[in-house]
Amino acid sequence: MKQKEIKRKEILNAGGIARSLSRLALEIFERQQGQKDFAFIGIQRRGVPLAKRIAKKLKEMEKLDIEVGALDINLYRDDFSTVGTAPVLRGTNVPFTVEEKTIILVDDVLFTGRTIRAALEAIVDIGRPKKVELAVFVDRGHRELPIQADYVGLSLNTRREDNVELHLIETDGKDSLILESGK
Amino acid sequence: MKLGKHLLGIEGLSKEEINLILDTAEKMREVSERPIKKVPALRGKLIVNLFFEPSTRTRSSFEIAEKRLSADTLNFSTGTSSVLKGETLLDTVLNIERMQPDAYVMRHASPGSCGFITNYIKGSVINAGDGPHEHPTQALLDALTIRQKKGGFEKLDVLICGDITHSRVVRSNIHLLKTMGANVTVSGPATMMPPYIERMGVKVETNFEKALSQKDVVMMLRIQLERQEKALFPSLKEYFLTYGLTEERLKLCDSKCIVMHPGPINRGVEISSEVADCKDSVILDQVENGVAVRMAVLYLLLGGGEDETSN
Repeated sequence: MKQKEIKRKEILNAGGIARSLSRLALEIFERQQGQKDFAFIGIQRRGVPLAKRIAKKLKEMEKLDIEVGALDINLYRDDFSTVGTAPVLRGTNVPFTVEEKTIILVDDVLFTGRTIRAALEAIVDIGRPKKVELAVFVDRGHRELPIQADYVGLSLNTRREDNVELHLIETDGKDSLILESGK
Repeated sequence: MKLGKHLLGIEGLSKEEINLILDTAEKMREVSERPIKKVPALRGKLIVNLFFEPSTRTRSSFEIAEKRLSADTLNFSTGTSSVLKGETLLDTVLNIERMQPDAYVMRHASPGSCGFITNYIKGSVINAGDGPHEHPTQALLDALTIRQKKGGFEKLDVLICGDITHSRVVRSNIHLLKTMGANVTVSGPATMMPPYIERMGVKVETNFEKALSQKDVVMMLRIQLERQEKALFPSLKEYFLTYGLTEERLKLCDSKCIVMHPGPINRGVEISSEVADCKDSVILDQVENGVAVRMAVLYLLLGGGEDETSN
């Protein structure tokens, strides 16, 4: 029997990730211009460092101080009862009020949309934002729910069974976007 | 990492498993601070609280934890159940089992009763106290409190004083503290000291004042007033004079010592009112941590799902 081969390909290196993030930050700034009542909430785990980096870029480029929170969606998952291990909790920490603000959710990879569904439910439990938007680093398609991103760093054509991993220095020791595909 | 299916005791848990529960509990605290104190994690799960012995603190703490995680709860207590009509433990459990519960939280006077029912049910069992055997969630909430106040367990000097023989809290705490690297001393009247307790790796010092010397944590146990009838000590007054924690005696401990008590406290028996209410007393922090620890245990035992989210 022929063994299934797994191909790993680096789509973006550290430089590419930095450029995409700058573009994402600029796009957010342009769309939010004139109103400073917006804040980032990163989805644990990699959405949190991403949100912090985008906030840092806005600080450097536009001298804006944007607050950043962290959201753990594991207590809101819809696949909770399926067999396996209870996911490790990394904690929710939103140290500001979300009321009357535009909240920009930040996540690494947008795929089925189920994480975002859970995140929306989690946010509503914290408060009632004026508006919720979504920024993702990679949109790889294959949605299972009617969910769209407002800001996309990179759109990637993938097959359903592929695996897209964004590695970040903060969580993985290195910046790299990797596409894993079975042959 | 996954915990086992049940939580019957601390004995047998590894350092990593204990840390996983404590870390998860730390994250659960945030839920109780929200305006809407509820998450849907255990939606649709049925948890039966089966209490064959009276309990206020533990039972309400479990019930709150279950509600915060959106589980459905069913309460059985001896006062209102058919146990009064002579039904056996096993028959009670077999009947409840047909209502398809996902977990049992059980307290019973017989040691090993929680382990016993695991043979007859499909779901998880969480021991909420089985006779003098174990009371794991109490030891875990004590540990969470110690970790918050002291930063860790390594080389910590802990004194536990009171009725060591009849206390399940002591047994669970000794297992936990020893696993985590703390030094444990036990104190109390010789009549309340079980033989061979040193084999659990603890030091025995029946002289309370000597035992207090330089301790980082002092855990006072409730003197069960009904024990007095068995002549384990002459009078409550004499117990207080010999083993009661007073302000004077607290000075013998390390200056940053914390005072703990699993509750309910008997003021003027094992602890003076001044000490119970002093700034070093963390008794109410223990109660608060109880909900977070029980949420963590329920989440880890009943929560499933793939390890990484599917984006």
